[in-house]
Amino acid sequence: MQFESFTELWHMAGHGPFVWASYAITLSVIVFLIWLPVQQRKAFITEQKRLQRIAAHEDKSSNNKES
Amino acid sequence: MNASQNLSLLKGLSATLKRELTLLWRRKSDSLNPLLFLVVVCSLFPLGVSPEPKVLAMLAPGIIWVVALLACLLSTESMFRSDFDDGALELFLLNPQSLYFHSLVKVLAHWLLTGVPLALLSPIIALLLNLPVAGIPVLIMSLLIGTASLVFIGAIGSALTVGLRRGGVLLSLIVLPLYVPVLIFGADAVKRAAEGAAVPGQLAILLAFFMLSFALAPLAVAGALRISVDS
Amino acid sequence: MWTWFHKLGSPKWFYDISGKLLNFMAPVAALLLIVGAIWGLLYAPADFRQGNSYRIIYIHVPVSVLSLSGYYIMAIAGAIHLIWKMKLAEIAMRSAARMGAGLTFLALVTGSIWGKPTWGTWWVWDARITSELVLLFLYLGIIALYEAYDNKVSASRACAVLALVGTVNIPIIYKSVDWWYSLHQPATIKLTQKSSIDPSMFYPLLIMIVGFYFFYGVALMLNMRTEVLINERKTRWVQDIVERA
Repeated sequence: MQFESFTELWHMAGHGPFVWASYAITLSVIVFLIWLPVQQRKAFITEQKRLQRIAAHEDKSSNNKES
Repeated sequence: MNASQNLSLLKGLSATLKRELTLLWRRKSDSLNPLLFLVVVCSLFPLGVSPEPKVLAMLAPGIIWVVALLACLLSTESMFRSDFDDGALELFLLNPQSLYFHSLVKVLAHWLLTGVPLALLSPIIALLLNLPVAGIPVLIMSLLIGTASLVFIGAIGSALTVGLRRGGVLLSLIVLPLYVPVLIFGADAVKRAAEGAAVPGQLAILLAFFMLSFALAPLAVAGALRISVDS
Repeated sequence: MWTWFHKLGSPKWFYDISGKLLNFMAPVAALLLIVGAIWGLLYAPADFRQGNSYRIIYIHVPVSVLSLSGYYIMAIAGAIHLIWKMKLAEIAMRSAARMGAGLTFLALVTGSIWGKPTWGTWWVWDARITSELVLLFLYLGIIALYEAYDNKVSASRACAVLALVGTVNIPIIYKSVDWWYSLHQPATIKLTQKSSIDPSMFYPLLIMIVGFYFFYGVALMLNMRTEVLINERKTRWVQDIVERA
């Protein structure tokens, strides 16, 4: 361990803000790059489920008409 | 058999060259506008930065090279435009003559009527910007060789964007990063020459860039034209 | 021998196999990145010239390395797409372009933040940073070209051509910028000196580089899987997945 206390780790002899800002930005970009496809996938599945429901509904109503 | 093939290739190429030069000659404004652009933009720098001769002399190599580069870029935008619009491009794709050589000749013709005049005009700009006289021969040489690479690289971008309705800004976004090496060596050659140094190395590297783009760029241009016509 | 190559052309096969791979790669990536970051931040010794600010190396270097190799991954995918018209390669190329732009941006931002305590300014026209900037422009050009085409089949082929042109150019750009910088180089500290890095500083860097490669693979596959689903939405197997979800 290079640092004696938590405040020392936070300050890093004056370089703390730079180091922590870099790590924070990196973390947010990493999270964003993972979140984006997951989010798109979710939106796609919701949309397709809706289309499936509509298709099922139409099938049913056309069946009713026929009978 | 082989000889007659070679003959027809040469005939085809000279016919293409003649056609391109005639077309460019008929639309003189396409070749004149980049020259005008060079003069006008370069004369803005003293107004924007400083009319101080020393400052101008220091900035001159960079300014002239950057503005010449932009002039080249602007002129390449219309390179395949009219051929695309009137359908001539589709005929070239069907031509027995290879598209590689056709693109090569077309780009060379374009360079003859834009790059060469730019290089020949540059001494006047050099005087306006107070570039030391020692730098002027190298300025002409470097622009002569450098604009050839620029036109070849620009042709790739032009071929990729010719089918798009508004390709102008996109073209610069695509092509300008690829111009970086030519700009670095071109501007440095002029700067060193103005300081009185000999610059065979920089000019040799510019020549190498030219040969590389001469050999490879037509391949990319041909591929890009096929895509643009298909779309 | 070529069966695996043909299988790669099958989106369903890719979807199944990448699902299995992700289960293994995602935890490895997370573990490596966490261990590397904690080691680099807490246990690696401070640099004797740059102090603690050098700890940014543990993200700046892996991200810069990846942003460059990501361009080659994109270009190779583009070439495969042009030659064999493989749908999956096109998807890989587009996902790699998006990832690459993000990573290049990250490399620039961390480099700039690192420059502040080291050189006293946010931006220095350092060779490495300048080439990184040009690389970002190249990525953005490809993304912009793709967006400009209405016909997306032509768009991906045009992007593949541009990516291949970029591959020829990138070594030249990097060499030219290096040479240009050596002319103008002021006597300052270089951000990363390759010469002699102490093992106690180097091991966490190695872990982070490997970790970021794993992360790249994970994010790329996630991207591609979503695109595959969208592309194949009309097929039976995608509709089955939607039903089960």
